[in-house]
Amino acid sequence: MADLAPPALIAVENLERVYQMGDERVVALAGVTTQIQQGSFVAVMGPSGSGKSTFMNVLGCLDQPSAGSYRLKGVEVGQLPATELARTRNREIGFVFQQFNLLQRVDALGNVELPMLYAGLPKRERRTRAEAALARVGLGDRMRHLPLQLSGGQQQRVAIARALVNQPACLLADEPTGALDSRTSLDIMALFQALNREGVTVIVVTHEPDVAAFASRVIRFRDGKIVSDTEQTPRDAAAALAEWSEAA
Amino acid sequence: MSFLDAILSSLSAIRAHALRSVLTMLGIVIGVAAVIAMVAVGNGARERVNAQIQSLGANLIIVIPGNITQGGARLGTGNASTLTDADALALKTEIGSVQAAAPLVRGGVQVVSGGQNWATSAIGVDLDYFVARDWAVERGREFSDEETRRGGQVALIGQTVLRELFGGNDPVGAQIRVRNVPFEVIGVMSPKGQSMFGQDQDDVILLPLQTARQRVVGTNRAKNRSVNQIMVKIKEGEDLSAAEEEMKRLLRQRHRIQDGRDDDFSLRNMAEIQATREESARTMAMLLLSVAAVSLVVGGIGIMNIMLVSVTERTKEIGLRMAVGARPLDVMGQFLIEATTIALIGGMIGIGIGIGIAIITAMKAGWPLLIDPLVVVTAFVFSGLVGIVSGFYPAFRAARLDPVEALRAA
Ligand SMILES: Nc1ncnc2c1ncn2[C@@H]1O[C@H](COP(=O)(O)OP(=O)(O)OP(=O)(O)O)[C@@H](O)[C@H]1O
Ligand SMILES: [Mg+2]
Repeated sequence: MADLAPPALIAVENLERVYQMGDERVVALAGVTTQIQQGSFVAVMGPSGSGKSTFMNVLGCLDQPSAGSYRLKGVEVGQLPATELARTRNREIGFVFQQFNLLQRVDALGNVELPMLYAGLPKRERRTRAEAALARVGLGDRMRHLPLQLSGGQQQRVAIARALVNQPACLLADEPTGALDSRTSLDIMALFQALNREGVTVIVVTHEPDVAAFASRVIRFRDGKIVSDTEQTPRDAAAALAEWSEAA
Repeated sequence: MSFLDAILSSLSAIRAHALRSVLTMLGIVIGVAAVIAMVAVGNGARERVNAQIQSLGANLIIVIPGNITQGGARLGTGNASTLTDADALALKTEIGSVQAAAPLVRGGVQVVSGGQNWATSAIGVDLDYFVARDWAVERGREFSDEETRRGGQVALIGQTVLRELFGGNDPVGAQIRVRNVPFEVIGVMSPKGQSMFGQDQDDVILLPLQTARQRVVGTNRAKNRSVNQIMVKIKEGEDLSAAEEEMKRLLRQRHRIQDGRDDDFSLRNMAEIQATREESARTMAMLLLSVAAVSLVVGGIGIMNIMLVSVTERTKEIGLRMAVGARPLDVMGQFLIEATTIALIGGMIGIGIGIGIAIITAMKAGWPLLIDPLVVVTAFVFSGLVGIVSGFYPAFRAARLDPVEALRAA
């Protein structure tokens, strides 16, 4: 009775994304088929231009596939209208970007409240939930700081709090440690791992094997296709962090 | 996103570029201030003209020598020597509807009292003048019949002359010299205030017509009996234009003007003067209205321009907002509200400045402050409309951005 098994959180089939540049066709995704289960921690790797960001943008409903199917929680979302896509991004997806993408003139709390603003939550609830999310990422004492008054690692934590605050089905991070030093990267990966242990599904794009080592599954792309998909025993980021501190 | 949240967020965006926002508002500010000030000044001026006509008497017709109805402005009007006190007497005795016809001469004079010295205008009048102008002596007495006819050396002074020459002292019985001719002050006129043309009507000294003409202002006149004007008061309830026709006929006949030739005198009544004033007020209003319209259009273009710049500058922010769940409609609303807020703030500043101008003008000109709340509300609503219209296209562009492209922006 395989039908009774819960559907995968993410199921894509023959996903294609083609850019038409004048006469030229640029194939960013050339037929991707895979499933990602609820609660997994996936690293997406591959050379530059292999389609990793395009894949993440489609998974995050920021972009739409040219062909193929994308089901999120069993619901086909590949061809939804713009308003529905926005709703899905708001409810089901938490994005973390390489450049943090915080609003510069708003403090940490304000940035974390932003997704709830579009969810239409009342002020009081937004405030308590934003405070809880910031406390969760270890910034309980920095809530009133503007992005410019925070370090890169702290800004990325604010961004993670913002991604988490609407309790999305899935966290999507495209090179989240790309702008951070190795020690801070370790911090962020430890946070992702902790969140994943609490049940949050995490998908991280990275170029660094050191970062991918913390995931339990690694998907490799080349030329818009998946070329390998392996399970692995993740390295413990908290332990790595402790080692680092000893060495220093 | 709730409406209140959207407004708060737009205020923070406006604050982030305070100077730029204020410069953007300028067109709206000027336009709205012009409208508010225009309406208030117009109302104040009309109110005052009405009050002055009331005080001067609406049934007053002024006859001046020369012809001003033909060929527009003709110089020398009022100096031609075609009117005499005999004309005044004829008007009074031969036309039944005339209550009083006051011939008068006037001229600028230097008045000396003791050590004090004051430049004012002297008017030579007979007793009809007090009736025509409905002007009473406050202290002392009027001229006697004898004094006007024989040319007595007595004078009545206005409040301003009293203040300048005598301070608080009682002038009755005092000697003054007008152009070196000695006069005895026999009374003080009651206060009259400003005339329709902004002159101080109390800055005057009244002399008997004969004396004034012969010894003070009339010495160079070719004709000894000529006067500068005749002030005619029509009896209450009589038809003003009918009286004017009669007066014209009588004067043409007395001056032996053949049919088909122009009058050598002109009649002016208060209604005409009021019409002229309203005409010029209307011209002024149209001018200000076009200034206001142009400013609002320019202001609208300015807002559109700044909003387009803002959308471009904030492309990445728009992408981020879309990534966390902003619908196209939310983005559209954000920029529309921002444009409208800028315009409304500009409108409010404009209303403040406009009311300020109205208050200052009312104070300087001495008329009542009349600010129509309906005009204020209309100006406010209008500036909001300008914001919506000029914000629409930039907001539409922002809402149509592709999230992935927008996030890639610098
Ligand atoms: N808007 C676009 N128009 C045309 N081609 C595009 C567009 N976006 C991406 N591409 C192309 O699609 C392919 C995949 O790009 P993508 O950004 O997904 O690569 P990536 O794996 O994320 O690379 P990197 O590791 O450098 O970030 C590339 O060849 C790229 O040039
Ligand atoms: Mg990429």
